[in-house]
Amino acid sequence: MNAPARAAPAIAPDVQALRPEVRDALAALLLSLADDEFVLGFADSEWTGIAPLLEEDVAMSSLAQDELGHARAFYGLLADVVGEDPDVLAYDRQPDDYRHCRLLDHPRGDWAFTMARRYLYDTADAVRLEALAASIYAPLAALVTKVRREETYHLLHVDAWLRRLAETPGEPRDRLLAALGALASDATSVFTPLPGETALVAAGILPEPMAELRGRWLRALAVTFAQLDLPMPPSASDPGGRKGHSDAFRWLWGEFTSVRRLDPQAVW
Amino acid sequence: MNPSARPSELGRRETHTTAKPDADGRLGRQQTHDESTVLEMLRDVHDPEIPTVSLVELGIVHRVEVGPDRIAVELLPTFTGCPALEVMRADVEARLSGLAQTVDVRFTTAVPWTSDRISGIGRAQLRSAGFAPPDPEVFEVGATVACPYCGSGRTRMENAFGPTLCRSIWYCTACRQPFEQFKSV
Repeated sequence: MNAPARAAPAIAPDVQALRPEVRDALAALLLSLADDEFVLGFADSEWTGIAPLLEEDVAMSSLAQDELGHARAFYGLLADVVGEDPDVLAYDRQPDDYRHCRLLDHPRGDWAFTMARRYLYDTADAVRLEALAASIYAPLAALVTKVRREETYHLLHVDAWLRRLAETPGEPRDRLLAALGALASDATSVFTPLPGETALVAAGILPEPMAELRGRWLRALAVTFAQLDLPMPPSASDPGGRKGHSDAFRWLWGEFTSVRRLDPQAVW
Repeated sequence: MNPSARPSELGRRETHTTAKPDADGRLGRQQTHDESTVLEMLRDVHDPEIPTVSLVELGIVHRVEVGPDRIAVELLPTFTGCPALEVMRADVEARLSGLAQTVDVRFTTAVPWTSDRISGIGRAQLRSAGFAPPDPEVFEVGATVACPYCGSGRTRMENAFGPTLCRSIWYCTACRQPFEQFKSV
């Protein structure tokens, strides 16, 4: 099910050799990947201890840990590009400087909302990662190959939950429909075009433009949603889909930066 | 396949000698070490969360380089978010400390760790601790695994997510025993 990633023709990870506009665009790409996984990981961790089933408590805690691990690795690659400490990148920014997609700006909501959002994000992320596995930037392609294998378990999990909710009439399906309605306008925000994206595509670091990936994701989503008789989100993409974050995110930011702000020297 | 026998990853063999002072402080018996003796030492370093299995047998040790003043070890994370990575790194560093002026242990994601890196010995070590080892060749989520207690294939996955990121929870309907699998990834 996870086709082996094409072996990327490696380029030396000497980021100093990249043209400045390509390097800046690479940094924007890595920041978007890291921030997406970081914010999602913290949002998932909100379920630890209060998930509707013990099994799901374990699952959501594992998912959260996976996403934070991916975020740490992406911040690590970003640190190599911009020459900054990964913890500084992760924790020492103001809420408006984060570049996660707006899909992840919503509060966790109820269980159906969490699963609906995760389904939209995980399937979109899978399309994005499949493309990045062929990046000529070797450190990114290698990491993405690893991350995709772990994400396979996430996809199985959310797919099972989407079907369970969609196929159970009454409250489960009603709650799922309400969630998809609330998320619809932000559904494609994973594929918000990146600053400097043209240079990144030309350099082969981002193998395809975000608009192309968005189209591929929507076509795959349409097949599943037709089977389950679920309404498709609008296909348009807001160019500001990674900016202007919500109050819900400001609250989450306050939570996940609280230890860092209390004691910047704290170590595990 | 034993990961320690992957010559392509272990690079050039170099042998260096550490002079060990004896009880009187004189330089006496000479101890020679190279990549294979370093790997042999790392067989004593165990997974912090499954202490019956060594990091070498799990295929976590990717590369060992022995130079005149420096030993460099590259490790592969089983799961990117594994919270035990720093413990493993420190354990490897402690095991090799004193062998060279500098012991540099780091994790890399340049190649992905996959479950087929676990050696035959590692699989046996996992089974003896009550864990079903992952399928050696195929990465296929949802594949049936043999019960580590009775060997039956009449098992089912109860939860893809278990007490640690690398373990899933299973149930054997033959011997009615719950067990864990080291996940295929």
